Amino acid sequence: MCLAMPVRVLAVEGDLATIEIAGGTRIASKKLVPEIKAGDYGLLHAGIIIQKVDPEQARQTLALYEEIYGQSASR
Amino acid sequence: MRRIRSLRRRLPGDDPVPIMEVCGTHSHVLGKTGLRELLGDAVEYRSGPGCPVCVTDPTDLDMLVRFALQEKVLVAAYGDLLRVPGTEGSLLEQKARGARVSLVYSALDVLELARQNEKQQVVFAATGFETTAPGTALLILEAKAAGLKNLSVLSLHKLMPPALRQLLSAGRGRIEGLILPGHVSAVTGRRAFDFLASELGCRAVVAGFEPLDVLHATALLLEMAAAGRCAVANAYRRVVSEEGNTAAKEAMAEVFAPEAALWRGLGEIEDSGLGIKPGYAAFDARRRFGLEPGRAPGGGRETCRCGEVLRGAIRPPECPLFGTKCTPAHPQGVCMVSTEGACASYF
Repeated sequence: MCLAMPVRVLAVEGDLATIEIAGGTRIASKKLVPEIKAGDYGLLHAGIIIQKVDPEQARQTLALYEEIYGQSASR
Repeated sequence: MRRIRSLRRRLPGDDPVPIMEVCGTHSHVLGKTGLRELLGDAVEYRSGPGCPVCVTDPTDLDMLVRFALQEKVLVAAYGDLLRVPGTEGSLLEQKARGARVSLVYSALDVLELARQNEKQQVVFAATGFETTAPGTALLILEAKAAGLKNLSVLSLHKLMPPALRQLLSAGRGRIEGLILPGHVSAVTGRRAFDFLASELGCRAVVAGFEPLDVLHATALLLEMAAAGRCAVANAYRRVVSEEGNTAAKEAMAEVFAPEAALWRGLGEIEDSGLGIKPGYAAFDARRRFGLEPGRAPGGGRETCRCGEVLRGAIRPPECPLFGTKCTPAHPQGVCMVSTEGACASYF
């Protein structure tokens, strides 16, 4: 339940962010990380971004997920 | 792994060194990758009380299951909670009997659910530690701002530091070190766990959730033990800062106040739960519906030893039901329900 995953932020509007996840997009709350902007990576937990993460680290984790779960996990 | 074995040899004795992985997600990683078995000669990983569904007390669950059957009520919960067996069945079984139960992915989904079901009282059964509690705080803040009259929260949230204090103070079994939950720490900050070393003399490492993160944390714990050093280290700096997420902590402090909470297997722990503050009483399901924890005779399925598993007192295979009567498809005890439960991860 406490697993969060890195996601790329595509756009922000107010307290909400459009994020890229599992090859699709979703709306998440960015209220707890006000400074996050399009192009940044965040840690998503239950629909809420709880932390900004280093892009290189996030890309590595996403690449690993892709290796484990195949094409559907990320693009 | 070679490094972990060589560090182990620098420590006295021949038995595997007992290390507790506090978080259910770490238990899941250890089970899924086989690391628990692979390193079994050097380290004995013991699962801690870090699966929020597993530590939900049966009396709280029974209260919720009974409440779900009321008319004009819609209970929203995270998926794991739906399958947990109470003495009168699970939420999912109540759904089959006609109760309105809805699975949500995010606390904020409950806002939409309340808007779409204006004639129902929507109650969010909020479980989880510091990772999920900020989301519930945001939900309550937004529900108040929107003036929603049919939304309330049954807070079953729990806080990790008081539970670890209780577990270690009770001195149950020898634990050489703790692997701390990475995403709880992302919110609380590493500093919130300093008391483990400074007050309780237990070394600990905040760890991420890749298999390598867990190995790295294990090696750090053994290094500290070999050097006779006791500290709370951070092996997940890419996510966890010293002070954590300030905005999340502020949202929690605005809406919640610490209160005593019941933990399955650990009993009542002071200041380990999150009650809703009087200023947000209108959104508190306990106040709105006068909910009291159920008092089930005997506390449920008696031969199940989940309580001892959650304290790290026994390993899952030592329970007589493990793998025979109790399996992930037919869980008897709560630790078998969630994939993060200690028993499910062993299975």
